[in-house]
Amino acid sequence: MIGPDWIYWLCGGFFIIVGVLIAFDRTHPRRWPTAAFWCLFGAALCAGNLVPSWLLGVAVIATALLGGFGLTGRGTVRTTSDAEREASAGRLRNWLFVPALTIPAVTVIVALGGARISIGGHALLMAGSQTLVGLGVATIVALIVGCVVLRPKNPAVAFTEGRRLLEAIGWAALLPQMLATLGLLFTQAGVGTQVGAIVQHIVPEHSRVFAVIVYALGMALFTIIMGNAFAAFPIMTAAVGWPILVQQMGANPAPMFAIGMLAGFCGTLCTPMAANFNLVPPALLEMRDKYGQIKTQIPTAIALFAVNVGLMLIVPFR
Amino acid sequence: MIVLLGVALVVLGFALRINPLLVVTVAGIVSALLGGLSPLHILEAFGSGFAASRSITLAFLVLPVIGLLERYGLQQRAKALVSQAAGLTAGRLLLVYLFFRQLFAAFGLTSIGGTPQMVRPVIYPMAEGAALRTYGNVTERMTEAIKANAAAADTVGVFFGEDCFVAIGSVLLIAAYVDASYHLKLDALQIAIWAIPTAIAAFLIHGFRLLRLDGRLAGMTDDRP
Repeated sequence: MIGPDWIYWLCGGFFIIVGVLIAFDRTHPRRWPTAAFWCLFGAALCAGNLVPSWLLGVAVIATALLGGFGLTGRGTVRTTSDAEREASAGRLRNWLFVPALTIPAVTVIVALGGARISIGGHALLMAGSQTLVGLGVATIVALIVGCVVLRPKNPAVAFTEGRRLLEAIGWAALLPQMLATLGLLFTQAGVGTQVGAIVQHIVPEHSRVFAVIVYALGMALFTIIMGNAFAAFPIMTAAVGWPILVQQMGANPAPMFAIGMLAGFCGTLCTPMAANFNLVPPALLEMRDKYGQIKTQIPTAIALFAVNVGLMLIVPFR
Repeated sequence: MIVLLGVALVVLGFALRINPLLVVTVAGIVSALLGGLSPLHILEAFGSGFAASRSITLAFLVLPVIGLLERYGLQQRAKALVSQAAGLTAGRLLLVYLFFRQLFAAFGLTSIGGTPQMVRPVIYPMAEGAALRTYGNVTERMTEAIKANAAAADTVGVFFGEDCFVAIGSVLLIAAYVDASYHLKLDALQIAIWAIPTAIAAFLIHGFRLLRLDGRLAGMTDDRP
């Protein structure tokens, strides 16, 4: 059975290589702390469940503090000039798209096809990890295809180019995982139950409109705070969705909960806490305003939230 | 009540624009302490939280391939390809991307697309190429707007597409939660179907805004370069 562990090693290995490249870069403005950041991050990715979790926790907090106190920086990586790229684009033309399209194509083939293969009664790919395995295989295949199509003098140049993009993201690369951890800590500390208790106090007994708005708004606001509608759903459903809307007012649960979740998704569009969706892309696109994407999404989120509330008032009560 | 201080810390930290990595780490430690967790327990929570969420970071695995392709002019080729297509504006191009991103996600194919593998190397340069062909020049403010809208189209598309697919996390979470908590058996398909009206609304609302992007870009062409 093939699980996802080796892909974490692959990704961790890439981060460690980036850290080592930075350690050898005398021109890097924050050479040692940045090298330490990527090496620690990479090592933590590789280690995963293989080391005691308190030890991993120490490494993770150390990495987060290196980035959090602004000790890391961005180096300059030698790459091709715009003129060289134009010339190369004119020569290679649409062949350039082939390795790029290899990634989604192979991912989907492995994820869908690999799930059907079983050897001696055991599934080849571990359940739930098919897409991750697909992505790992696809990356390796695309790298090989890329080297065949582009014929770089030294294939290792892929790592310096990878470093260029990873350094563009910088410490923000760690943020999504730290936010996931924060969600876990919030739950363990009992933040959810507290919010649920407060919400239950403010909903009056018999106003359907008010109860629906509290449920939807609670989903959106709690998602904005936690960065994830998945964390908001159990809390708001236990406080309002189930006891008041379904049991008391007789709402049809399937549409109520499905659209309630989507009201939460409107909150996700507005929050920096959903870093992998809203902060990492601006970093990777090297935008000057790191909140520029969120600002673009807010009008859509508000309009769509209103649509969701309208649907929740009508559909589950037919 | 006092555990909510951790939430307040996060809100305050983001409002004061303190480094988010620092805010999140400190807020996590503070809420855990207020919730009565021991220091060892907190370290373990950081470790297990990190180990369990590693799949998010795998999005960066494709960076060496993308970087290599950029070195050989992938962005330039994407721009050149679009500059031949008459009538294709930045807004219309992003509208097409939004449509396909949503459609593929609705069939569970969320790994087609995403900022590292599609938006940065292909979609954003194409949109900028289209703007360059339409207006003759692209100012810095236009570049920022195009980048923001390319990233937003990707996110809106995947969010409001994936929920129409029965085997996606949020649908399974709803089904699992109501079963575990209230012994209510909801079919995943029933839940996924009710995501379709919102998906259509998301396409109409965001699509309309993307078409208006072209007009906004036209107003930015006179900026000083």
